[in-house]
Amino acid sequence: MTMKPKLEVDIGGLKLKNPVMVASGTFGYGDEFKGQLDPSKLGAIITKTITRHRREGNRPPRVTETAAGMLNSIGLQNNGLDDFIENKLKNYKSLGTKLIVSLGGETNDEYVEMAKALSSFKEVAALELNISCPNIEYKDKIIAQDRDLTLNLVKEVRRATSLPLIVKLSPNVCDITRIAKAAQEGGADAISLINTLLGMAIDVDKQKPVLGNITGGLSGPAIKPIALRMVWQVHNMVSLPVIGMGGIMNARDAIEFIIAGASAVAIGTANFVDPCTALSVIDGIERYLVEHHFKDINEVVGSLNVS
Amino acid sequence: MKLEILNNVFIKERRLLLELSAPASFKSALPGQFIHVRIENSYDPILRRPFSIHDVCESRKKNRQTLRVLYEVKGKGTELLSQKKPLSELDCLGPLGHGFDLDKITQAKKIYIVAGGMGVAPLHFLAKKLAEGRKPTPKDPVPVVLIGAKTKNDILREKEFKDLGCEVHIATEDGSKGSKGRITELLSSFLTSPRAMVPGPKRYWAGIAPSGRNGAGAPLSAAIPGAKRNCAGMPLSAAICACGPKPMLAALSAIARKHKIHAQVSLEEFMGCGLGACLGCVIRTNSGYKRICHDGPVFDASDIIWKE
Repeated sequence: MTMKPKLEVDIGGLKLKNPVMVASGTFGYGDEFKGQLDPSKLGAIITKTITRHRREGNRPPRVTETAAGMLNSIGLQNNGLDDFIENKLKNYKSLGTKLIVSLGGETNDEYVEMAKALSSFKEVAALELNISCPNIEYKDKIIAQDRDLTLNLVKEVRRATSLPLIVKLSPNVCDITRIAKAAQEGGADAISLINTLLGMAIDVDKQKPVLGNITGGLSGPAIKPIALRMVWQVHNMVSLPVIGMGGIMNARDAIEFIIAGASAVAIGTANFVDPCTALSVIDGIERYLVEHHFKDINEVVGSLNVS
Repeated sequence: MKLEILNNVFIKERRLLLELSAPASFKSALPGQFIHVRIENSYDPILRRPFSIHDVCESRKKNRQTLRVLYEVKGKGTELLSQKKPLSELDCLGPLGHGFDLDKITQAKKIYIVAGGMGVAPLHFLAKKLAEGRKPTPKDPVPVVLIGAKTKNDILREKEFKDLGCEVHIATEDGSKGSKGRITELLSSFLTSPRAMVPGPKRYWAGIAPSGRNGAGAPLSAAIPGAKRNCAGMPLSAAICACGPKPMLAALSAIARKHKIHAQVSLEEFMGCGLGACLGCVIRTNSGYKRICHDGPVFDASDIIWKE
C-alpha cells in the first residue's frame, strides 16, 4: 500500500492544501461555478480582478476563439471594492478554500487603499496584484512592462499589508526576469506567471477587428510554451515561489510547469472548456506522484534536468 | 455531462435537427435556455458553443427526456457537429441561462412570437410551453407566429408551429413566400391594424387537445413550471417574444416601444464560460453591461441599449 503523496504547498507564507488554483477572471467570484464543481477541493480561488471603483468594461465583442486559444478584452468589468466587500466577500466563507483577491488599479494609491481595506478581512488569504492586464492602462502604461513602476508599486503595497503578496507579471516584455527581480526587490512573496499575450483577430469580410477593443489578451494552449519558458527563466533567476499559468489544460501540462519551477499552478481558459478541469488536474498530479514514487509535490518543483 | 446523440439530420439546406438523450432534469428546462456544447475534444475549436433548446419531450426510455437542438452550419464548430453520428456522445452543460418570462407573457391578451431566420430555434419550445395544457377559449387566443427570412428556403418550422395550434404568418425579403419584406414590417402592420389588439375572430386554441395531466381549464401559468401568475400586475394588452439577428431585434424593440407593448428578446452571442463568470458575452443595458449567458439570453427589450 503506497502512502498518499503530500500535495500541500507553501507559497511565500500562503499555505495551500494542493497546488492547483483557478486563475483570475476565469472563475468569477466563485459562486458562478457552484453546481459544476466543489470549490472546497481547490487549492485556492483567485478572484476576478477588482478595482477601487466600478468599471464598466470594454465594448463587445469581448471574446473570440483563435487556434488553440482565445482572445479576450473584458476590460476589468467589476463593481468596485466596496461592492466586493459588501456583497461578494461573505460568499467565500462557505467555499472551503483559500481566497486570493486580485487587485487592479489606475494609481499606486488605489492599489494601496484596496490592499489596506482587504487586509482586515480574515476571509482574504492573500493578494495578487494584477499589474499586467493588457486591456487597461495605468497612466498609459502597463506597470509590469516597466521595472521601476513595478518596484515602486510593490514597495508601497508591501508597506500597506502583511498578507502574502503575489505579483502577476506580463509576458509582453523582452526580459521577464528583470521585472520579476523588481517585484522581489519590492517585497513580493510570490510571482504569478503569465498574464495574457497581447493579440488581435480580424474579420476579413468586414475588414474590421473582431474584438470591440481591437486588441485583446491571448490565452489557452497556444501560449503554453511561452509561459513555461518564462516560469523556468524566473525560477532560475529569482528566489521567490512562482505560480505558473498559461494554457494548462490537464495534469500533464500542470506538471510541466511544476518541473519548470512553479510551486503551484492556476487553471484559466480550461475552466471554460471544462469547468471541472482543476479537479482533474489535482487528481492527475496525485497519480503522477504515486507513479513516479514521489512522496511530496515539492520534490518535483524545479526538478528539470537540463544536463 | 455526456449526452448520447439519437439523431442528427439535415432538415433544410445547411440546417440540422439534433436529438439528444437528456436526463430527467431537462424536464424543467424553460424556453430560452440553452446548452453549452463541447463539440470535439480538441484545441481547435477549443471553446464550447451555445445552442438554444428547441424542444424537450418525453423519451421512450425511462427517466430520460429527448432534447432537440435546431442549428445551422456556419463555421468550424457547427461543421464538425453536423458530422456527428447517432450513438456517439456530446459533452454538454445545461440547461443554462434565464429564459422567457412566461409569467409576464401569459398575462397578455395577445401573444406575438416573432422569429428571424434561425430565431425559430428557441421560439418553438416557447410556443409549445404556451400551448401545453391550454384550454381553447375565445378570450384566450392562440399566439400569432411571424416567421421572417431572406427567402422561402430559410423559413423553418412553419408546420411545427401550426401543429401547436399557432396562427402562422410568413415574410421573406425576396417575396418568395408570404409577404414581401422584413418580418418587423409585418409585425408593424399587425400592430397598426385594428384587429391586432382584439382576439382574432375565428382562431382560438381549437385543435389542441388540452393536456389532462396539467388539468384542463387551469390557468396557463399553473401548467408551466416556474411560472407564477402575478395577480397584482396590470394585464398586458399584448406581448412580443422574439429571436433573430440583432438588427431585427433592435427594430422590433423600437416597434414595441412605439406601440407600448411588452417585448422579450432572446440574444445570441459567442460565449466563453457560459456560466456568468468570464463576462465575455455582454450586452449594453440601462443598468450597464449584462451577461447574455447568465442574466439572459432573454431580456426585456426595453432594457437593451442597441446602439454600441
